[in-house]
Amino acid sequence: MEAPERLGEVVQASTDRFTAQCYRLYGAPPLGSLVRAGEREPHVYGIVSSVTTSSLDPTRPVVARGASEPTEEAIYRSNPQLERLLRTDFEAMTVGHTQDGTIHQYLAPLPPHIHAFVFRCTPDEVRAFTQRLDFLPLLVGARTPPGDEVLAACLREAASAHDQPTEFLVQAGRKLALLLGGEMQRLNTILRRLPL
Amino acid sequence: MTGREESPEVLGPQLLGVVVGGSLSQGLEVRLEDGGVVEELKVGTFVTIRGERHRFFGMVTDLGLASADPRLPSALPDTTNPAIVRILSGTSAYATMQVTPSLVVGGEETSLLLEGPQPARSIPFHFSRAYRASQEDVQAVFGAEDERHIWIGSPLDMEDTRVCLDLAEFVKRSNGVFGKSGTGKSFLTRILLAGILQRDVAVNLVFDMHSEYGWEGGSEEGHAVKGLKQLFGSRVAVFSLDEESSRRRGLSPDYLVRIGYDQIEPQDIETLAEMLNLTQNAAQATYKLASRHGQQWLREFLALEGREELAALADQLGEHQQTIESLRRRLDRLNRMAFLVERSPEDSVRRILEYLDRGTHVVLEFGRYGSDLSAYLLVANLLTRRIHDSYVRRKEQSLGDRAKEPRPLVITIEEAHRFLNPQVAGLTIFGTIAREMRKYNVTLLVVDQRPSGIDEEVLSQVGTRITCLLDNERDIEAVLTGASGARELRQVLARLEPKQQALIFGHALPMPVVVRTREYGPRTYAEFGFREQAELAREAEKDLKDLFG
Ligand SMILES: Nc1ncnc2c1ncn2[C@@H]1O[C@H](COP(=O)(O)OP(=O)(O)O)[C@@H](O)[C@H]1O
Ligand SMILES: [Mg+2]
Repeated sequence: MEAPERLGEVVQASTDRFTAQCYRLYGAPPLGSLVRAGEREPHVYGIVSSVTTSSLDPTRPVVARGASEPTEEAIYRSNPQLERLLRTDFEAMTVGHTQDGTIHQYLAPLPPHIHAFVFRCTPDEVRAFTQRLDFLPLLVGARTPPGDEVLAACLREAASAHDQPTEFLVQAGRKLALLLGGEMQRLNTILRRLPL
Repeated sequence: MTGREESPEVLGPQLLGVVVGGSLSQGLEVRLEDGGVVEELKVGTFVTIRGERHRFFGMVTDLGLASADPRLPSALPDTTNPAIVRILSGTSAYATMQVTPSLVVGGEETSLLLEGPQPARSIPFHFSRAYRASQEDVQAVFGAEDERHIWIGSPLDMEDTRVCLDLAEFVKRSNGVFGKSGTGKSFLTRILLAGILQRDVAVNLVFDMHSEYGWEGGSEEGHAVKGLKQLFGSRVAVFSLDEESSRRRGLSPDYLVRIGYDQIEPQDIETLAEMLNLTQNAAQATYKLASRHGQQWLREFLALEGREELAALADQLGEHQQTIESLRRRLDRLNRMAFLVERSPEDSVRRILEYLDRGTHVVLEFGRYGSDLSAYLLVANLLTRRIHDSYVRRKEQSLGDRAKEPRPLVITIEEAHRFLNPQVAGLTIFGTIAREMRKYNVTLLVVDQRPSGIDEEVLSQVGTRITCLLDNERDIEAVLTGASGARELRQVLARLEPKQQALIFGHALPMPVVVRTREYGPRTYAEFGFREQAELAREAEKDLKDLFG
């Protein structure tokens, strides 16, 4: 079995979300992917909901450096220190946790600790986790603006881990349709973002 | 692997949906699991609902489409994408069915185990699951074929399941077969008559207007169908009013009915008033005539000739001359009824009673008089009145000794609204019979295409109503008079197929049911007791062999 890739560490955590700093610049997992915080139990699962790259030192804002460089790549070649001056963070919305070996698709009693390792879940883990879709309400209920984008991205990501992606999307779609009973427009918007 | 293992029953009953609302009086709202199933369900389909403690049995009375978001029509998704359609059907856009729970068929209560299905007085809770009823459920509710139950038809979409009617209960009250022309009333009536015969729960007297129950009837496809005589032989006697018609069909009736003028009473004429176009005065004058001239009043009246004689009579009676003249003109029609004779050599009523007392079923064929409603009315009313009299007398003489009571009698009449409309229901014997229930062991089987013409009080006494398609609003209303759940049944009734489907409800059934009527025809005569000559001969031979080796 493929080992999960360790991406970084938790640098900020609250009950419903946590932020991890990547070990590598631009080393964030794609929007909507499933990550896991914690080396040992209890694990906390999250769906990547935003990725940010910025200056490592907030007092030293990033400046443009490419005026005389021929390509974007050349900027990084000429400024190898950039890799150390910039950081990539990603935020994940908590969608579940494990307790005594069982996955629960609701918020954990406590958020992950700072410095907890954050892993990208393998396709096997993704498949196992998305066998059930009881976590969808957590995403549907998140009223932050890109919420539905995250939701759609999450389903796209998860679908690719399943043997029958369309079937998975249909089942997930039905679950969503029930959750979004009175919100046909919103449901349509999400469905349009899925490869159906 | 055997075919049996593949059949769907093995997979358990089909889940249809879950209860999401409703009430006992208005029926339950069930949200269907799968949108597409709504196209397979029909109004009238049987459903069982598994509540927490009880199992309920009911019928689909309405189907509908709903959406979670009322703005669905304006936020239409891409319905050309099959995946999207699969996502939305049953979720955002779903189908519902209305189910009227009629019975409790299973559960923890011991009374259910002991007494079988009970009327539902409660409802299942939210989210109870609704399933398509299984064959076992239907059987538990309607009983199996036995010495009192006959198989009358199959529930919708359950061809192999038999809905049974408790005939012993059925004949205890007057019943009706309704439906517009060509819907299957005559076929249903044949099945009922044959059932009554087979189960021996009563003896039949059929006023066979179209001469279709005795020897043979016709079907719309043009082939003949066997009547009771062909199926049951000597257990049935065919009486005829029209010798010529019988002879033309190559039949020799068991008895030729003749009616003497002296048997006709003023009441009989009054009953015909509308048909003979009699004024009220003219109808009333017959009573005076009868009290003055006694039994022979009609014969003497019809024998009068010329205006002078009529004028003299008018004088005697203190009536206007016009009244008497018009009465005479109208009654002239009776002279064309060849079965009316001055004095009947033999009493037809006595002969009918003799047969009935022996347990022989009597079918009276009207032949050509079947097209003359006044003849049908006159004869049926007159004979029935006297048969009923005799029943009343004998029932009273029996003083409660069952062995001495006359056999329960079922009288079948067609065009019942002619006998039982509000104007004449009080005059005809049929109104009396319908109202007194089975006090004197006589009940009616009325066959009619216009139930709205029947007196409401009489209709309310009709115990079990078997109704094929009706499309006139007033008829539908009339048939459902006094039925519980009439509003829901109305939906069901209006959507019957135009042939061989019927809604049955009333005292002989635990709950209303829609059936595809059992087939009556060449393939099924044997089920009704018919045996081919060849078979009979073989059997006789075998009996002989068994006897003599
Ligand atoms: N139970 C049945 N078995 C076979 N054929 C039937 C049955 N019911 C109705 N039909 C068909 O429908 C036609 C009309 O039925 P019928 O009983 O004559 O109608 P109605 O008496 O209501 O005018 C019949 O000729 C026959 O072809
Ligand atoms: Mg008919």
